Amino acid sequence: MNSLLLLKHELLLTALLLIFILIKLLKEISNHQFFLITCVLLAVNFLAGFFGNSYGSVFGNMFHTNEFISIQKNILNLATLLIVLSSWSWLKHHHHVPEFFILLLTTLLGMFFMLSSGNFLMFYLSLELATIPLAALCNFDLEKKQSSEAGMKMILLSALASAVLLLGISFIYGTTGTISFTELSFNLTGHPLQVFGFILVFAGFAFKLSVIPFHLWTADVYEGSPVAITAYLSVVSKGAMVFIFTTILYTVFRQIENTGYNTLFITAVVTMTIGNLFAIRQQNLKRFLAFSSIAQVGFILVGLSGYNQLGISSATYFIFIYVFSNLAAFAVVGLISAASGKENINDYRGLAKTNPSLAWIMALSLFSLAGIPPTAGFFGKFFLLAAGAGKGNFVLITIAALNIVLSLYYYLRVIRVMFMDQHDSPIPNIKCDKAFNTAAVIFIAGILIAGIWDYPFQIINTLAPYIFTAY
Amino acid sequence: MNMNPFVCIPLLPFISFLLLGLFGRQLKPLAGIIATLLMAVSTALSLSVAYTYFFVSGKVEGIYQTLVPLQYKWLEFSPSLSIDMGILIDPISVMMLIVVTVVSLMVHLYSISYMKGEDRYASFFSYLGLFTFSMLALVLSSNIFQIYIFWELVGISSFLLIGFYYDRPSAVKASRKAFLVTRFADLGFLIGILILAFEAHTLDFRVLIERLTHPESEFLIHASTTTFLGASALTWGLVLVFMGGVGKSAMFPMHIWLPDAMEGPTPVSALIHAATMVVAGVYLVARLFPVFAISCPAALDLVMVIGVLSAILAALIACTQTDIKRVLAYSTMSQIGYMMFSLGVARWGMDSQNGFTASMFHLFTHAFFKALLFLAAGVIIHHVHSNEIKAMGGLRKLLPITHITFLVACLAIAGIPPLSGFFSKEEILLATYHFNVSVFLLALLTSGITAFYMFRLYFHIFWYSPTQQVSSKATHHEAEFVMLLALILLAGGAALSGFIPFSRFVSANGIPFNTSLHYDFSILPVASALTGTGFAFYLYKAKNLRPDRIAERIKHLYTLSYHKFYIDEFYTMVNHSIHRLIAYPSAWIDRQVVDGSVNMSGKAAKTASEGIREMQSGQVHQYVFWFIAGILILAVVVMYGMG
Repeated sequence: MNSLLLLKHELLLTALLLIFILIKLLKEISNHQFFLITCVLLAVNFLAGFFGNSYGSVFGNMFHTNEFISIQKNILNLATLLIVLSSWSWLKHHHHVPEFFILLLTTLLGMFFMLSSGNFLMFYLSLELATIPLAALCNFDLEKKQSSEAGMKMILLSALASAVLLLGISFIYGTTGTISFTELSFNLTGHPLQVFGFILVFAGFAFKLSVIPFHLWTADVYEGSPVAITAYLSVVSKGAMVFIFTTILYTVFRQIENTGYNTLFITAVVTMTIGNLFAIRQQNLKRFLAFSSIAQVGFILVGLSGYNQLGISSATYFIFIYVFSNLAAFAVVGLISAASGKENINDYRGLAKTNPSLAWIMALSLFSLAGIPPTAGFFGKFFLLAAGAGKGNFVLITIAALNIVLSLYYYLRVIRVMFMDQHDSPIPNIKCDKAFNTAAVIFIAGILIAGIWDYPFQIINTLAPYIFTAY
Repeated sequence: MNMNPFVCIPLLPFISFLLLGLFGRQLKPLAGIIATLLMAVSTALSLSVAYTYFFVSGKVEGIYQTLVPLQYKWLEFSPSLSIDMGILIDPISVMMLIVVTVVSLMVHLYSISYMKGEDRYASFFSYLGLFTFSMLALVLSSNIFQIYIFWELVGISSFLLIGFYYDRPSAVKASRKAFLVTRFADLGFLIGILILAFEAHTLDFRVLIERLTHPESEFLIHASTTTFLGASALTWGLVLVFMGGVGKSAMFPMHIWLPDAMEGPTPVSALIHAATMVVAGVYLVARLFPVFAISCPAALDLVMVIGVLSAILAALIACTQTDIKRVLAYSTMSQIGYMMFSLGVARWGMDSQNGFTASMFHLFTHAFFKALLFLAAGVIIHHVHSNEIKAMGGLRKLLPITHITFLVACLAIAGIPPLSGFFSKEEILLATYHFNVSVFLLALLTSGITAFYMFRLYFHIFWYSPTQQVSSKATHHEAEFVMLLALILLAGGAALSGFIPFSRFVSANGIPFNTSLHYDFSILPVASALTGTGFAFYLYKAKNLRPDRIAERIKHLYTLSYHKFYIDEFYTMVNHSIHRLIAYPSAWIDRQVVDGSVNMSGKAAKTASEGIREMQSGQVHQYVFWFIAGILILAVVVMYGMG
């Protein structure tokens, strides 16, 4: 019984998925009820994440969990709930609402299993469980050609990344004879084949995280997919990958810290800089957010390169904040795109006049993404830089700081367009539904409160050492 | 010491900010009065705190103590490193409390009438409240990270206030410029903080100073032996922290935002860009003075050079500007340069720390006369509806009280005895003289130029052309009573604050000492000030052709100064080249590398004509190519390149 309680998140989701499939067959329930049930379940799952967390493992160490992993799952859960809320105005006109929820919850389930995986096999299986439904979701704007293209690219390139990842895992298995995370954390010796295996595994992660030069799918897929899925890709999927990458990097590969550090150093510099340079040139807001999120990943790598406790907690905390700031931006873009079909930065001219509240939500989230105090994003960036400074590599910190200035330029550009520029035919006033308003309140509260209140960070920071408990 | 008043002092303006921010529209006519009353209580509290500290309980065995009446652990990184929120009381923070609250109160009072009729009357006062709160909290900060937080908050309220007339494009542009330039400097500051915190393992000022000054401290030894690009970690940390100060205090070469910031409402210029926020950089260096002076005097040399350069450069530019607020802006920069190099010439020890006290003294007196100058300029601008001094002239009969107070301020800033500026400048010059004679000569020259441009302004406004414009706007004679009250009170401060025996209260190590006037030394500064004044009198007492003739004679210097030594143009140029530096290579990569590899795959004809393409061509196989190439490059670099 006790061991089943460890699986509470996963069991709840699985149960709901089965119910959904059944009632979908019976066709006795309206789309709106589907939506409500999903919201309630995600909320219940979120609240359940605060109680009765313990650590332990089941299925012969294939699955393990602890309080820190519970927090990470809770963050992903919250983000999914917010995406569902804020994209309802787009989704309710869609013909396949039940399928949308079933696919979405399946990928979430895959990510939950991935976070709890105790060896590479489990990790790989859950990664695929998380990826394949996601490719179908990218294709969800059924009448748009671009959307099909996005789905196709996602599945093809994911297959490539998986192949590379498997190759890396097989190298590591070949040299050590084990795929268990715990055993690997003691058995790696720094053999060249292991180092190469690490780089292949890293490339697999880097693909998911959109680290340059493994990022090329990002912009196309982000642009083609429905906004809700773009948001899901850039926050939930990426967040889950950051969490599991942190764990694997700090435990499995802890014996080859030097290789890890060098890899992170190079890719962080390249990712921040090139991501920013490309973001400057974008006109389409979704592509713009895609590249800005690539640059943000560069900052996460800076934090991880510190190899200290703050590295773990700052990366996790950054994702927590990112949930609010980035999803808020996507929510506004999605709402406007659904109502008027406009996605270009120049279309947003004069937005502050016609839709002041949307413009302010957008501005707040961009401030937070740019890391301007007193928004939450400032502390997110600050902790990452502080963690990165732990190794005393101030070259990296200086480059990161310069990149913050660079990013300021393009974030402010969008704000300027919305507030200062005039447009002959600006986007007309858009009515927001209740679901969107609920999400908006949570976004604003999250951005402002996390910028002042230290409690979330304290919790994350105290629990961070848990990632070592199983080892 | 009881902590309650210290919390209340910053809290009252914050309440004013919240109250007016939330209910401003309902309160409209009362907004100014409520804000002013709250500010008055805050001022009274800080005066009483200052009295208690300086005369009753602050001194123990003849040394002014550094007290921390409030400390709250806010963010904990590790048991040894945490960010606290606290209040630090020592002579300079108490002195700054007086400066900030008094000037802010005067500006509140003045704005009741000055901003009357503005649509966003209440928002204006709520921004003022936010600014005053952040500035007071900055001054009271007990650790270096707390100071950074409020430093940013001060920057944001300044951004809001410069851009207050947001329907004017120039105001929007100016506020953005100020924000970006200071943000850039603040990044240096942040990295500096990280370095110092990394070396000292603390953010708390008292512990940090203790650990980085004690000669046997392991932290100090580590910090000064770790080197990067030829300088020690400690030097880098201090220089980067100073860079934050350079940005905020508009020192050369980051001064370009200050003149543009004059787009904000005039009371704002008086409060933020003359008396309080812009001296934050000076305050920051003073706060860390023991670390600078004991462990890294080389960084103080940099402070001195930057200070003296800014002082003379700004003074030269001020001589040819024709916008009254810009002249005052450059004069502010010049005077802050004075404070900076005065800190730069101070060293640790009883006999060489006079520069520190002198700098703080000048900060104190400058706040009064510079705020007064700006507020008086506001009255004048209201009267003639223009910032250009060419539109003014002969105003002394129309604005008699403004005229007298403006004159007092001019005399004070020029350093004519017995007004306040004379005493503080004289101390700075004396300290400089003992440190380095050539810097002293530059400072002396600056002092003469200061007198010249201030009286150029004065004569241009109040004399020059014969009394005119009497007929038009006859109702618009002198400003309203509250505005005049603010002017008169500040004039009192500008005239009398020099008589405070400052060295008995403020010194680098907390031990009071005595200074006396050296009459024989005063001859040179006073003569230099009088020469400047006399020259201005000769040129601008009445309308004549002499100024033009002189401008013609020194044409090159004149144009150079008129165009502010082309520094703004220089930045624009650099900006453009950076832009090109980024744009060209990325376009080149697109064209050569990306399209090149497309050629490789045989699709040349299709894509070559489509001009600049991004790295993402949309072709999946090409993405695969980059993916594999990325793995190989990474593998080669990590496995062979970096050992």
